[in-house]
Amino acid sequence: MRLMVFAMALLALAPCPANAGLKIEHWQTDNGIRVYFARAPELPIVDMQLVFDAGSARDGKHPGIASMTSTLLNEGAGALDADEIAIHFENVGAAFGTDVELDQTSTSLRSLIDPKLFEPAFETFIKVVTAPSFPERAFERGKNQMLVGLREEAQDPDAVASKAFYRAVYGDHPLASPTSGTEQSVRDLTREEVQTFYKRYFVAENAVLALVGDLTRAQAEKLAARIDHSMPKGDPPAPLAKVKPLTKPKTVNIPFPSEQAHVYIGQTGIARGDPNYFPLYVGNHVLGGSGFISRLVKQVRVKRGLSYEVYSYFFPNLVAGPFIIGLQTRADQAKQATEVALDTTQQFIKEGPTEQELKLATSNITGGFPLRTASNADILQYLALIGYYRLPLDYLNTFNKHVEAVNRAQIRAAFQKLLHPNRMVKVVVGGKQKG
Amino acid sequence: MRLKTLAMALATTLLWNAAAPAGAKTSIQLNVHEYKLQNGMKVMVKPDRRAPVAVVQVWYKVGSADEHSGLTGISHMLEHMMFKGTKRYPDGAFSRIIAANGGEENAFTSTDYTAYYESLEKSRLKIALNLEADRMRNLALPKNEFVKELAVVKEERRLRTDDDPDSLTYEQLNATAFNHGPYHHPIIGWMSDLDNLTVNDVRHWYETWYAPNNATLVVAGDVEPEAVHKLAEHYFGGLKPRPLPARKPRSEAPQRGERRAVVKAPAELPYLIIGYQTPVLLASRYEWEPYALAVLAGVLDAGQSSRLSHRLVRSQELAASASASYDLYARYENLFLLDATPAAGHKVTQLEQALYKEIKALRTELVRPSELERVKAQVVASEVYGQDSLMTQASNLGALETVGLGWKTLARYVERIKAVTPEQVREVARKYLINDHKTVAVLEPVAINGKQAASVLPQPSGELR
Repeated sequence: MRLMVFAMALLALAPCPANAGLKIEHWQTDNGIRVYFARAPELPIVDMQLVFDAGSARDGKHPGIASMTSTLLNEGAGALDADEIAIHFENVGAAFGTDVELDQTSTSLRSLIDPKLFEPAFETFIKVVTAPSFPERAFERGKNQMLVGLREEAQDPDAVASKAFYRAVYGDHPLASPTSGTEQSVRDLTREEVQTFYKRYFVAENAVLALVGDLTRAQAEKLAARIDHSMPKGDPPAPLAKVKPLTKPKTVNIPFPSEQAHVYIGQTGIARGDPNYFPLYVGNHVLGGSGFISRLVKQVRVKRGLSYEVYSYFFPNLVAGPFIIGLQTRADQAKQATEVALDTTQQFIKEGPTEQELKLATSNITGGFPLRTASNADILQYLALIGYYRLPLDYLNTFNKHVEAVNRAQIRAAFQKLLHPNRMVKVVVGGKQKG
Repeated sequence: MRLKTLAMALATTLLWNAAAPAGAKTSIQLNVHEYKLQNGMKVMVKPDRRAPVAVVQVWYKVGSADEHSGLTGISHMLEHMMFKGTKRYPDGAFSRIIAANGGEENAFTSTDYTAYYESLEKSRLKIALNLEADRMRNLALPKNEFVKELAVVKEERRLRTDDDPDSLTYEQLNATAFNHGPYHHPIIGWMSDLDNLTVNDVRHWYETWYAPNNATLVVAGDVEPEAVHKLAEHYFGGLKPRPLPARKPRSEAPQRGERRAVVKAPAELPYLIIGYQTPVLLASRYEWEPYALAVLAGVLDAGQSSRLSHRLVRSQELAASASASYDLYARYENLFLLDATPAAGHKVTQLEQALYKEIKALRTELVRPSELERVKAQVVASEVYGQDSLMTQASNLGALETVGLGWKTLARYVERIKAVTPEQVREVARKYLINDHKTVAVLEPVAINGKQAASVLPQPSGELR
């Protein structure tokens, strides 16, 4: 494969402009679930995603608890055990999933719309999300699975680098908490703590529901209501603490017996809704967010052959997520590659894009708009994004306009205000065996 | 599924996402329009009007399966060089033009084929066709760019294989299971072959294999089939066919006993892969057998209700993860694979024995009808879900046509899977999942940072028959 695609970056940054045909409807259920619905009648499928402010940033004194809770949802619910739950979903070809991020946890269901198939799938989904039983044996097994997962991460230089990066950038802010926890924190988890976490965060007032498929509005309302009536009202959590920008540079070197060094450079970035979102988004597209037309790829990969993957992105969360530059290179080239990446970034901050670069980036972003909502799965992601971060309902329809309004001066100003290479974190993992 | 080679990833997609036969319960009708140009190039068009988008793919019937020792990785290297310019569109012009038109572009090389694709707003279809036709025959292959891109490919190998102990193990499994057959060597190539690859090697490979009579064009999206046909004729019609080298038969000599490989690499966790030699649809005496093998893989690993999840992960708690896979659409005879990571506190040897116990059960007892029904229900649903993705639809067509099965094979998939009986599942388990035809690769972790990693020595196989 020629270039890895970064799904996360794409979603975080490249939401798409107007699919003129996409109509997003929004309402709130009795207990407070915010619902975002788009009708897509062409395929006999329903997709739903139920998102909670229950990501690893909520782990608090129990790193890993959000992951653990999520993993255990389909291990037992109501009177059903894990085998029965799996059988219920799979008998009808439905797919249930969970995903834990920094600032959110989502549960999802994909099913055929035929009521004979959809009803069992949806009923099981409601049970799993609203009445998980956290069986003791599954809890112990879940712990063991997480411990194995931690060891898997420990043998992956990229995972090691990523964790070190977040630790260095965020210090003791919740965004630094490793999503998979630590060996000690996972061993220390108790079933009661998981139940408490679940009860606190998996409530209607803390939930956003995205729905796409062969449904009418009336049908969608009924489905949302059924989830709502099974869920306690609860309260939304207090907002996450504000993020403090870095005041001085930090370098972290971690030896690792790998051929390549994995490098992450960066700092704190922006939160969703930041007034400078579009200049930063378009600017980053030029710097390192657009593959072969981006400066970082041209300088590090194309011109010098130093890396297969090199990129930059902003990762806006509910609070300021990071700005990240990433690359991997043969260990003895780490210093050179890092210097090239930093020089390229510094030059971009100083000068901004050329007129030609800006034009190309704008054409790329706006010209590709229909691609981003071409499938139901894509539409679902955007509904969840718009809903969760309370973006305006016409976000997709006005996106192109906002992108086209960005000029070079705005990009320079936004980058100079926010990014300070002389205060960035630099993490390098790989190269030498310790001891 | 855990194993992550490109071929495997695509295979999984194919297994679970084939198109529906006409008259299926769902309202989706198979709707592929097929053409052939005078120069031998095949064209397939699949209209899908849900969004104003078109996916364009060009598939070449050449992959790592056509390579031999000394030149491994050359197909993949050529894939990289296809973006380095032609006379008319030098350097990075290709990427710039697609980007300026809001398109996405990429490519992939597998054992069986090399494919290039663009995704664009539908009115820009011509742009992709023009560029693809141009680079089918006019690649510049500048030496200075070759040198740099070779360095990039070596970084890719380091990233995906050399620094990934599980990948290294999978690479060894193939190299051990196949003595000389086409799937013996890795798609990315051995590092020593990459070190000695020249731009002239790549030029020769390009001139040998990249011809319209060795290519298939697939277009899926909001397009009119006849209009696409005309455009294909316009852009590709003038390209001359080339005589292709005879492809020698590549059958592996029959395996006459168990093979084992140990891989020692920096890791925290042991890992186990077992591969059994199996037929595939293109090379199968009985057409039903590959479908039964596909169902067998599903009984083991389709969803969380499957045997590996239910028994090894949850019930016996011997595996942290376990999976099974099989690609019935491969160009050559392939492996039925099982891979697993032991649960905390358990050794690879225990896990290996547990897997053999599952194999034995499949060879002696009939699977329950409810299990089969569940596998089939997931296949039927997956086929519908696949309709949500233009890339999936286009890729399925391109892959099957390119390996020589023909896209219509896709239309038979669901009905063939549905027709598989418990007796057939037991029969293929008996015939193919046998000790003398298996290869086992074990990862033995080497300490990462001075601490002793948990290492496991494989016991001699005492598997139950």
